[in-house]
Amino acid sequence: MKYVDEFRAPDLARALAAQIAAEAQPDREFRLMEFCGGHTHAIFRYGVKDLLPANVRMIHGPGCPVCVLPITRLDMAIALARRPGVILCSYGDMLRVPGSRRQSLLKARAEGADIRMVGSTMDAIRLAEENPEREVVFFAIGFETTTPPTAVAVKAAEAKGLTNFSVFCNHVLTPAAITNILEAPEIRQMEAVEIDGFLGPAHVSVVIGSQPYDYFAEEFAKPVVIAGFEPIDVMQSILMLVRQINEGRAEVENQYTRAVTHTGNAAAKALVAEVFELRRSFEWRGLGRVPYSALRLRDRFAAFDAERRFEMAPGRAVENKACDCPKILRGAAVPTDCKLFGKQCTPQTPLGSCMVSDEGACAAYYKYGRRRAAPNRMEAAE
Amino acid sequence: MCHAVPARVTQVHPGEMAEVDLAGARKTVSTVLVGAVAPGDYLLVHVGYALGRIDPDEAEATLAALAELGEAP
Ligand code: SF4
Repeated sequence: MKYVDEFRAPDLARALAAQIAAEAQPDREFRLMEFCGGHTHAIFRYGVKDLLPANVRMIHGPGCPVCVLPITRLDMAIALARRPGVILCSYGDMLRVPGSRRQSLLKARAEGADIRMVGSTMDAIRLAEENPEREVVFFAIGFETTTPPTAVAVKAAEAKGLTNFSVFCNHVLTPAAITNILEAPEIRQMEAVEIDGFLGPAHVSVVIGSQPYDYFAEEFAKPVVIAGFEPIDVMQSILMLVRQINEGRAEVENQYTRAVTHTGNAAAKALVAEVFELRRSFEWRGLGRVPYSALRLRDRFAAFDAERRFEMAPGRAVENKACDCPKILRGAAVPTDCKLFGKQCTPQTPLGSCMVSDEGACAAYYKYGRRRAAPNRMEAAE
Repeated sequence: MCHAVPARVTQVHPGEMAEVDLAGARKTVSTVLVGAVAPGDYLLVHVGYALGRIDPDEAEATLAALAELGEAP
C-alpha cells in the first residue's frame, strides 16, 4: 500500500539507526515517552527497540484507550448491558477487558446480556433503527480519534428522531493526560520516571493538530515530536528528539507532516465542540483523577446521554491487586515486572487491561518482545 | 484504537460516503469529517470514517529528506 510500504523500508531503518547511534551523545540518557499505544505497538512489532543505542530508552505511555478506562466505568457498562431491553454495543477490544470480580462484557454476553461488537458508530445507529422496541446504548471509548465519529452518531440520531439510542460517553483527551504525567513530580520522584521528550500522537493529532502541544514545550520545557505510526516515522521522530535534546531545545516539531497540520481537522473539531463539553474531572486507570480530561454530552443532547437516561451509579471497583497496569500506564514499571505476565496473564487470558488490545504495553511485550533480528522484521511484516 | 489506516478513494457515493481501497480490500466509509473527496485521494480511515487526508507533496518531501540520509556515508 502506498504511504505504508515506503515507511517500512529496512534500508532506511538501518540508515536511521546508524544516524541515531552517531548523534545520541554517549554521556547522557535519552528517556523518551511514546504516549500512544500505536507507537508502542510499532516499536515492538518492527523491532525498533533493538535498533536503538542503549542510552536511548523508550518509556511506554498511557495512550491505549481500553487500558486507561477505569474499572468503575466498565462495571457500569456491564451492569447496564444486563438490564432487560438493552442492547449495548462497543468496539471489539472493549469486550474482553476484565472488570471487577473477573467480569467482562464477553462473560456478560455468554450469560445472556445482549452485547454487540460494532466496527463503526454507523452500525450502532443502524442497530437502533432496526430494533425500535429496544434501548440501544453505544459504549463510547477512546481518544480524539473516536470522538468525532461518536459526535456524528449523536447528530444522526437527532436528525432521524431516534428515541431509543444513547451514548455512554467515556471519551478522554490526550493533552490533559500528558499534562498530568508532567505535573505529577511526586509520582515521578517516588517511582523515578524521568522523561526527556515525547513522541506525540499521530492520528489524534490529525484531528486536534499540533497546536495543543505548544503548551508542553513552553510550560514544561520538554520537546515533542509528532510522529507517524510506521517504523520509519517512529525512528525519524526519535532522531528529531535526540537532536532537540542534544541542542537543549524544547519545541514542538511535526514529523508526520503528510497528515498533521497546526490546527488539525476543523470540521471534526467543530462537531465535537457542538456535541460535547468538558467534564470537570475524570478517573483514568493508572493516573487517578485528571482535571478536565474527558467529555460528556451537552445539555442539548441530554436525551442521548445514557448517564442521564438510566440510573447508572458507579459501584466499588475491585482491582486485581497483582496487576501492575496502573504503574505501567504511568511509565513507572514495565510488563515483565508483573508477576502474572506471560504466566496467568496472556492475550488469550488477559487479567489486566494492558494485555487486551494490540496497543497495550503488556500485549506488545508478549507478542513481540521476545523476538530479535530487526530490521529484517520490517520485511517479514509487509 | 487510535490507529487509522491509509486508503485510496475509488468511488464517491452520495450522502458523503466513498468507496476506498484499503490495501486491497474494498470498504465504504463516511467522508463527513473531511469534506469533498475525489477518486485517487488518499484518506486516513478509522472506525468507518475518514479522519484526515494524506498530502502527497508532504509525503514526498519527507521521503526525499530520508533518502538523503540513506545516501550519506
Ligand atoms: S501482565 Fe497482565 S496482570 Fe500483569 S500488568 Fe500486564 S495486564 Fe496486568
